[in-house]
Amino acid sequence: MITLEELSKQYGNTTVVDRVSLTVERNSIMVIVGTSGSGKSTLLRMINRLVEPSGGRVLLDGADTRAEAAHLLRRRIGYAIQGHGLFPHRTVAENIATVPRLLKWDERRIHARVEELLREFQLDPQAYAAAYPHQLSGGQQQRVGVARALAAEPGVLLMDEPFGALDPIIRDKAQEDLLAIQRRFGTTIVLVTHDMDEAFRLGDQVAVMSEGRLLQCDRPAVLLTRPADPFVARLTGLADRALRLLSLTTAGEAALPGSCEGPAVPASASLREALSELLWRGAASVAVTGADGAPCGHLTLAAIIARGRP
Amino acid sequence: MRLTFTTLLRVAAVVLLLAFLFFPRAFAPLFAPLTQYGAPPIYDQGNLLQLALAQLATVCCAAAASTLVAVGLGVLVTRPAGAQFLPLSRTLVNIGQTFPPVAVLAVTVPLVGFGEKPTLIALFAYGLLPIFENTLTGLRSCPPGVLEAAHGMGMSARQRLLQVELPLAMPLILEGIRLSLVINVGTATIGSTVAAKGLGEVIIAGLLSNNTAFILQGGLVTGLMAILLYDLLAAVERRVCRTAHLE
Repeated sequence: MITLEELSKQYGNTTVVDRVSLTVERNSIMVIVGTSGSGKSTLLRMINRLVEPSGGRVLLDGADTRAEAAHLLRRRIGYAIQGHGLFPHRTVAENIATVPRLLKWDERRIHARVEELLREFQLDPQAYAAAYPHQLSGGQQQRVGVARALAAEPGVLLMDEPFGALDPIIRDKAQEDLLAIQRRFGTTIVLVTHDMDEAFRLGDQVAVMSEGRLLQCDRPAVLLTRPADPFVARLTGLADRALRLLSLTTAGEAALPGSCEGPAVPASASLREALSELLWRGAASVAVTGADGAPCGHLTLAAIIARGRP
Repeated sequence: MRLTFTTLLRVAAVVLLLAFLFFPRAFAPLFAPLTQYGAPPIYDQGNLLQLALAQLATVCCAAAASTLVAVGLGVLVTRPAGAQFLPLSRTLVNIGQTFPPVAVLAVTVPLVGFGEKPTLIALFAYGLLPIFENTLTGLRSCPPGVLEAAHGMGMSARQRLLQVELPLAMPLILEGIRLSLVINVGTATIGSTVAAKGLGEVIIAGLLSNNTAFILQGGLVTGLMAILLYDLLAAVERRVCRTAHLE
């Protein structure tokens, strides 16, 4: 669990982060959103003390982060950034082994961990362990960047716009992978982004920042239905907030009993996708199929509309 | 290895240089037309091979000292604590380059006496600039994302320098060392004016006795050494870049 208490940062007379208090539950994903210059990156960088706070404190599982040397603290906290920041002069395996080496793990354990992570991120160790970063595609480099951040089994992972440099298709896959990894390792993740779709997709909680202040921190659905501030409403998108809300519920969760003829959507699809399918087909109802392809319910236009309102 | 025209040329240059240094007398007919009144066509007041080696040794010693100081200064002024020394360091290094080596000899001889020492000092000062500037450029051009990641993963300042910054700056640092060495191979000949062992002796002997053959021998051997050293170090640089994947 990460607790920020009245955390502030001033540079001269400029306040970049203004008394932010926030709690990130263990095994959850907290996404911090805001426009550029809102202080979100600075807030993130104060957690691993890349930026030293001017006031307030950060507690990691109840312990003040100032209790140990900053570089030792950072070895316990994963850190992934936009554009991956891989070492160009080291192989993929050496890159991933960076923090375990700093922590002086024995070579056998490092080797096993590197192989495990490469497999976890769908990179064949045979083909990629000895490759250099410039030989990989953008998506692969980004995966190695996240694998490197997770190498020493940190309980907390900080990510600063990690998918910002990826094209939409690879970004979609990277987000899916991150959710899978998070479920598998149970890592507590704090992620900074300016992409609202990304925030709503990944965040258990979403914190909205503007001009250094925390405006609201809530579950995505609450942020949409009960924005605490006009800025929050604007940022979450007034025009398509109903569609955003629909994208938070899966077809499986909203499915009505009984099946119907005609088009079908998988249970894992969002209501937004189900609605799109209905519009596309000009149908009034759509069947919902489970992972095995067998129908497990249906959705009607009226049922979807009911879900798209606060 | 592909046998291109340039590699052939290089092999020929090495063979020519070694042949001349080991068997200078064999080249006497070639240089005879340049002499007058029966003067010796080949330098006969010392061993050419020993002079060439002595000059090379002087240059290498000076380059080693320049490298240590210039890289050290470059590292210092790129640290937050040493940034304030940048203007001072730059001025010192620039003076080293703009102050003529001959003038350095004139100043240092009264202090340290004749021989190798004043030459070493002159070459050391003259060779600082290219290494310092290249070290600075190399360290400053490390990708910010890479440094940020190194910092964020918990590398100490020392680990970042030794494991990330210096390896990434290495190709440029090596280039600086190469420039410095090559400039100094030529410059080292002036050391003979203050009795340092080197090929300058041959050139000065030629000037004193009006023997063009001597002047040409000293100059050609020095020039060939500089060119071959340049090629050798360039090859080392390419190899370092390749193994470190820094192209």
